Amino acid sequence: MSTLVQPDQFAFDEKSTAEIPSIMARYPQGKQASAVMPLLDLVQRQMARVTGRAWVPRAAMDAVADLIGVPKIRVYEVASFYTMFHLGPVGPNHLQVCTTTPCWLRGSDAVHAACRAAADTDPDLFTVEEVECLGACVNAPVLMINDQLYEDLDGERTEALLNAIRRGEKPEPGSTTGRHGSAPEGGPTTLFATDASERTDA
Amino acid sequence: MLSDKDRIFTNLYGLRDWRLRGARARGDWDGTAAIIARGRDAIVEEVKASGLRGRGGAGFPTGLKWSFMPKQSDGRPSYLVVNADEGEPGTCKDRDILRYDPHKLIEGCLLAGVGMGANAAYIYIRGEFHQEYRNLQAAIDEAYQAGLIGTNACGSGFDFDIHVHRGAGAYICGEESALLESIEGKKGMPRMKPPFPAAIGLYGCPTTVNNVETIAVVPTILRRGAAWFSALGRPKNTGTKIFCISGHVNRPCNVEEEMGIPLRDLIEKHAGGVRGGWDNLLAIIPGGSSVPVLPKSICDSVLMDYDSLRDVRSGLGTAAVIVMDRSTDLIRAIARLSAFYKHESCGQCTPCREGTGWMMRVMNRLVEGRAEIAEIDLLEQVTRQVEGHTICALGDAAAWPIQGLLRHFRPMVEARIANYHSRDTRRVAAE
Repeated sequence: MSTLVQPDQFAFDEKSTAEIPSIMARYPQGKQASAVMPLLDLVQRQMARVTGRAWVPRAAMDAVADLIGVPKIRVYEVASFYTMFHLGPVGPNHLQVCTTTPCWLRGSDAVHAACRAAADTDPDLFTVEEVECLGACVNAPVLMINDQLYEDLDGERTEALLNAIRRGEKPEPGSTTGRHGSAPEGGPTTLFATDASERTDA
Repeated sequence: MLSDKDRIFTNLYGLRDWRLRGARARGDWDGTAAIIARGRDAIVEEVKASGLRGRGGAGFPTGLKWSFMPKQSDGRPSYLVVNADEGEPGTCKDRDILRYDPHKLIEGCLLAGVGMGANAAYIYIRGEFHQEYRNLQAAIDEAYQAGLIGTNACGSGFDFDIHVHRGAGAYICGEESALLESIEGKKGMPRMKPPFPAAIGLYGCPTTVNNVETIAVVPTILRRGAAWFSALGRPKNTGTKIFCISGHVNRPCNVEEEMGIPLRDLIEKHAGGVRGGWDNLLAIIPGGSSVPVLPKSICDSVLMDYDSLRDVRSGLGTAAVIVMDRSTDLIRAIARLSAFYKHESCGQCTPCREGTGWMMRVMNRLVEGRAEIAEIDLLEQVTRQVEGHTICALGDAAAWPIQGLLRHFRPMVEARIANYHSRDTRRVAAE
C-alpha cells in the first residue's frame, strides 16, 4: 500500500461554504464546538466530490479547528474517535459489510467474500471495510455503499450489485429481494386497514 | 393479538406517504394545540398513568423521568434530546419510525417538550442512517413551514425548535451521557453520574434523553388516553412495542405487537416461524445483543415484556429478537458479540477497555475449543469483574451475553474443549 500523502492545504469550496451558516445555526451562541462533527462530514463530502475519495486530511482538521475556534487537538481526537471519519482515502465505492451476529446468522460471510474479491480485483473502484451493526437487522445481511444501504443480500446478489456498479450503474438501494421495508417477505401480517379508513378530517 | 385499530405505527413498512399530508391523514398533528393547552402537569400525569416505560432498553418510567426536570428555570434553558443512535445489534425499529413515520416523532418532541418545560430538542441520529436523516429533516422542514413547530408552535403560544445532530459511527454514543458529549463536539465518552442529565445535561443545562420510540408513542397516548394504553399488555408492562425479529426465522420482520405477547406466538404469527420448525430452535437473544441468551426450554413459554424476561435472568432490552436454530455455532455467535463490544468500548474505564479485549480473545479460543476447562470459570469470573465496575453499562452489556452462554450452554463449551483436546491428542500420537 502506498504511503499516505497529506495535502498541504485545505479550503472549503463554494458549495461547502454555503452550508456552513446553517450548520452553525443549529447550536446555541458560544457552543460552536458542537459543529465539529457536521463540519468534518462536510469536509469528507467535499473531498469525495472533488477528488473522488472521501476522507479527512489533516489540513482540513486544522481548517475546522480555526473555523470553530478550538485547539487543533480537539478536532484530531474527534476525527480519530468516530469510525465514519476516514483518515485516509476511501472509495469511490466504500463497501461497508456488516458482520455482526444478526447479519452473520443470515450469511454475511458470503457478502464479505464477494466484496473482498471485488476490492482485490478493482482496488481503484472499491474499498472494503468490515463494520459493526448497521441497524437493519431484519433485512440481514446488509451492505452499505457510501450513503446507501443494500439489504437481504447473498453472495450472488452482492456480486450482481458490484458488477452493476462496475458498469457505471447506480443500483436502487433497499431490499434486493423486493421486500417492502421491514415487512415480512410475502407481505405484512398486520396493518390491513385501507387508506379509506384513514382519517382525512385533520 | 393486537388489532390494527390499536396499532400506533400505522406506516411501519412505508407503504404509505410519510410526509405531512400522509401523516395528517393517519391522525398525526390532530388537535395538538388542545393537548398543549392541557398544560405541562396534565401531560406528565397522563404519561405517568399510561405506564409507558423507556423503549431504548432500560425501561425507566417515562413520565417519572420527565418529572425530574426543573419546574422553574434558573436562567438556563432545558433540553429534550432524542436518542436515535440505534445500533444495538438486532435492533432496527427506530429506523422505521425515522424514515416512515417521522411526524410521530416530531409531534412527540413538541408534546414532550411541553411536558418537561423544554423549548428545544436535539435529535441525535446515527451517521449511517443517511436516508433516514433525509426523511426526518424533510419532515422537520415541513413542520416548520406549516407552523407546527418553531415560534408559537401549532398556534399554542409555545415556542419549540428541533435540530438534528448526526453521529459518525460510535455505538457508545447511544449511552445518554456519551451522546451529550458528542453533541457538544467531543469524543463520545460517558460521564460520571451524578449529576444526572436532568440537573446538568447538554451544555450544562437540564436535559432529558429519551429513545425515538418512547417519544413517538406519546402523541397517540395523549390523544387516546392513558387508560387505552395501559389496558394493553400487563401491569407495569403496558402498551405496544415494535419487535425486531431477525436471524433464523422464515420471514424476518419488524412488527408492532402488544407487550407481553408470548415469544413463540410473536415468531410464529409474524415471522413465519423458526427455520425448520419450532423444534429446530436452539436459542434466542430476546432483547438485543446486550441481554443474555435463552435456551429453547425458556423460549417455549416466556412472555415478551420487561418483568417476564427479567424473571428468567434476561431482559426485554430493545425488543430485538435474534433467533438461532440448531445449525448455529452458538459459541461463535456470542464470540462475535464479544468482538462487537471490544470494538465499541470507548476505552475510558480500565475494566471495560482491557476486559472486552480479554473476553473476546478467550471467546475466540473457545470457538475452537483451544482452552482448558478451568478457563470457563475464569471467564465467568472476569465477566463479573467487568460488570458493574465501569462508568456506563457497556461493560455490563459485554459481560451478559457470555454469562448467558455459560449459564445455559456450559456443556456445549466443555464439549468443544474436549473435542479440541481429543483431536490434539490424536495429532500428537500420529507424529
